[in-house]
Amino acid sequence: MSYKPTIPIGPYHPLQEEPEFYKLVVDGEKVVDVDVRIGYNHRGIEKISEAKTFDQSLFIVERICGICSSSHPIACAQAVEDIGNIEVPERALYIRTIVQELERLHSHMLWVGLAGHFLGYNTVFMWGWKYREPICDIMETVTGNRQNYAMMKVGGVRRDIEKEHISYILTRLDEFLGQLEMLKGAVLDDPVLHSRLKGVGILSKEDAIDYAALGPTARASGVDIDVRRDHPYAAYDRLKWNVIMGKNGDVFDKAVVRILEMFESVSIIRQCLDKMPSGAIDSNPKDIPPGEGIGQVEAPRGECFHYIRSDGSNSPVRHKIRAPTYMNFPTFRETVIGQTVSDATIILAAIDPCYCCTERMLIVDDSDKEVLKFQDLVRLSQEKTKKIKDKYGIK
Amino acid sequence: MTIDALLEKIKDRFGASILKADKHSQKRLYLDIDPKDIVDIVRFVFKDLGLRFNIASAVDEFECMEILYHFSFDRTGLELSLRVALKDKINPVVDTITAVTRSAWWIEREMHELFGIRFNGNKDLRRLLLPDDWPDGVYPLRKNFVVPKRDSRKA
Repeated sequence: MSYKPTIPIGPYHPLQEEPEFYKLVVDGEKVVDVDVRIGYNHRGIEKISEAKTFDQSLFIVERICGICSSSHPIACAQAVEDIGNIEVPERALYIRTIVQELERLHSHMLWVGLAGHFLGYNTVFMWGWKYREPICDIMETVTGNRQNYAMMKVGGVRRDIEKEHISYILTRLDEFLGQLEMLKGAVLDDPVLHSRLKGVGILSKEDAIDYAALGPTARASGVDIDVRRDHPYAAYDRLKWNVIMGKNGDVFDKAVVRILEMFESVSIIRQCLDKMPSGAIDSNPKDIPPGEGIGQVEAPRGECFHYIRSDGSNSPVRHKIRAPTYMNFPTFRETVIGQTVSDATIILAAIDPCYCCTERMLIVDDSDKEVLKFQDLVRLSQEKTKKIKDKYGIK
Repeated sequence: MTIDALLEKIKDRFGASILKADKHSQKRLYLDIDPKDIVDIVRFVFKDLGLRFNIASAVDEFECMEILYHFSFDRTGLELSLRVALKDKINPVVDTITAVTRSAWWIEREMHELFGIRFNGNKDLRRLLLPDDWPDGVYPLRKNFVVPKRDSRKA
């Protein structure tokens, strides 16, 4: 029997934001087998939801993921609306679309940063996360929160977009677009990234269909699916936009699809702000009849699927949640095997496994206290270095 | 393809195994089918008609264990749910569909550990979500599972 070395990554690893355990079996530098163990953070949300009312369910599914915290509530609300044939006011549909696209923007930006980080290209990491800030600011203006927006409810949305905020949103979007153009150029024209990503971790079209891969992972392999177009919800069927497709299914195409999708998202938000009708934002439904409903939403990583069964009481009998990574993850068997160990991290990261980010920095503008600017921090840092050098006599 | 055309196509091939057809809307179809024909119907729907497998969801009902297999036809936005009722609630068994599509790999493992459903022919029913020290024969998503109360006196 031959000895097969195994490289364990995780379940807790300084590079990973979430606990998951990858077992890579290698032959020299080549990966010959791979397995993933998940469930270290299983919270039993499907079970919890059975004990909650429909309104509380939305609240609990919002906490599945800090990044997809508008996709899950929209899918859940749509499933309940499907049971009761509840109409949603037109303005609420547009607001849902805006929040959904803002979420896609910040999620894709986050991924671009993380992908750079996994490749050891930390400039892209810093840029990606810095340019994500205007989107988080817009999100805070629109919903009141940067994460966990608490924006959706069955039958509509909770908050309206004020008229005075629209010009601010448009200004920040313009600012973001300029930065996005620069990032696109920096990522897509970089010869190093070309050689690191092209032809790496290829997922063929046949495999993508067989594994039922979703979202950018499927579209990069040439599978033409997008819930926003195929199963129209919110206001997507009233707007003009394109589904971005890739061809080769490698990591490079997955990056291209995500970056180009961000331009579409900006265009969708602008159209929504332009076309949004005035009126009510909530239809205030009262009772949910017995029955079953399905909600589908195109989350940043792919289709988010909620199935809810009601028996006429105020809480679900069964609430099945299927997040997109659940379908994208098993494709690692096709993409990682046969590649080198050093490429394995970026291939595993290429499907954008769902990471949570809820950290934030708070700047309190207090006039009687000193507020440090970026230049001040640089100056302080240089002064400190000088002090240390002087202390130890380093020239 | 419309919802009626989809229903016709399945009826043509598997008319005898359809127990009930429920057209929920112009986009949504629920079919109750005989559990012994599930693999053939899934193969027809997935391979021949080209629907995408969304997910399967088990439901612990009063008289049976129910599995719903959800499929999407993305070109015209249809949603098909195949429903099988497993009469033996204590030891539910059904044939695996992983031979048809590998997309059911994880969900069958999940339904096996959370609902105690055995999938005939599926050799990889290892735990996916539950911890390694979870007791055998305890299925947390069944209705008779009561979440154990924490005893605050124990450290």
